[in-house]
Formats: sequence, C-alpha cells, structure tokens
Amino acid sequence: MPRTHLTRRYRFSASHRLHSEQFSDRENQQVYGKCNNPYGHGHNYALEVTVNGLVDERTGMVCDLADLDGFVQKEILDRYEHCNLNMLEEFSGHVPTTENLCMEIYHRLRNGFRAAQVEKVRMEETMMNSFEYAGDAELRH
Amino acid sequence: MVYLTRRAEFSASHYYHNPEFTAEENQRLFGKCNNPHGHGHNYTLEVTVKGEVDARSGFVVDLQQLKQIMNSEVMDALDHRHLNKEVPEFARQIPTSENIAIAIWNRLRPKLTVARLHRVRLYETHDLFVDYFGEN
Repeated sequence: MPRTHLTRRYRFSASHRLHSEQFSDRENQQVYGKCNNPYGHGHNYALEVTVNGLVDERTGMVCDLADLDGFVQKEILDRYEHCNLNMLEEFSGHVPTTENLCMEIYHRLRNGFRAAQVEKVRMEETMMNSFEYAGDAELRH
Repeated sequence: MVYLTRRAEFSASHYYHNPEFTAEENQRLFGKCNNPHGHGHNYTLEVTVKGEVDARSGFVVDLQQLKQIMNSEVMDALDHRHLNKEVPEFARQIPTSENIAIAIWNRLRPKLTVARLHRVRLYETHDLFVDYFGEN
C-alpha cells in the first residue's frame, strides 16, 4: 500500500508577549522590539498539520479526517483559541515565539494522535511569516 | 530544527533573449517573453532558513535582521528594476525565474550568518513558481 501525506489547515487567534526572563529590560526591548510591549498583542494563526500513513484498502484514506479534526479541536484549538499564550503552563519559563509554539503543538500531536503518523506542523503567524517543525526529520522538499 | 519562511514581494520587468539564437529561434522558444520592450511581473519571494531555536530568545533567527538582509540584498536591487538592464547577473544571463531564484540564493547565502539558508522559492505568477536549494 502506498504511503501518502495529508495536510489539514486550522485557524485560531491568540495573544502573546515576547519577553525573556534571561534578558534585561533593555535587551528584551532590543531583541523583541514591538513584540515586547508589556500588554501583549495578538495574531490570527493558521496551523497546518501534516500526517502520513499507508492508504487503507477499504476506506481509501490515510486517516479519518474526523479523527484528526476531533483530536486537534480537543487538544490544540480548545487550549489555544482566544487565549493569552503567556498564561499557559508550557510557556511559564518559555517565550511563546511561534517557533516554540510550533514545537509545542508538534509534540502534543505526536504524543497523543495515533490514527496516523504526525509528520510536520506548519504555522503562519502573519501572511508574511511561517514556521515549520518536523522533529528531528529534515523537511521533505 | 525549525524552518522559518519570510515572504516579500517585488515588481520588475524583463525579456527573454539569447543572442546566440537567431531572431526566429528566440521568437519560437520564448514567444511573448521575447518582446524586445519587455514585460513585467509582481514576483513573490519566499526565503526559508533553518536552525535550532535559541534557548534564551526563542528565535531561530531575528526576523528583523532577515528582513533587512532581504531588503538590502534583494529588494533594493530588483524591485522596480528592468532585470536585463539594471541587474549585473543578467547582463549575459536570461532573467528567467530559475536564474533569478539562483541569483537571489547567491546574494543571500554569504550574508546569512545567523541561520542556514534552506530554500529560495520565487513565484512569477500565482500559478508558477521555482524552488532552489543550492548546489548541495
């Protein structure tokens, strides 16, 4: 059976402030600029989850999209939609850059989703910036 | 390893012509793109860099720095230019999207010291793009 790759796109909105306890106030301002504004700011994030697997002979599918949607809704969207990322446990000692958020979401999916292999998480912070994480794997071209 | 992609847009004109071909051959091979007065595109450039996330800043690369390098090395040189006439790489080389992507890679590569360049993707139109990953 051939292995295929499936990507599903989701959206959520959240706020964050980029501020590292390991920097002085002045350094934080230099490194993060506007993103260091003490009251934070927000983004409409786009999240793309890529899974792969062998195509099931009976269904013709890599995985049931309803399973993926259900998992992402419960474990990712319910957690991050309309929240302040800095308030969450995973970012208590960790700056909620989109790099770190991307890795966090990848590990949550990878550790919990069993219906197909989670291959990659791609996130768009704005129309001009995006981030991709595939664990230790190099990206497929 | 995290991959970060930054997008930028520029507009430029060009035409395709190889002096080693006859006028008829140029016309046959390049068609409308051989029009001697040139034509233009709104190009979309995507630059992807890769690296480990810095434990203190949470960044792969300072986006501001990447933007500045893209501006100084690419946008200032290509935006609102006639590529054949104003960009040195295309004095003897045809400014196809393939060659533009390679030229952009060669301009960015030596300047990017903080993260590794992974891919240059150049959209000539919404329906056509090229990817260049360097020689290796």
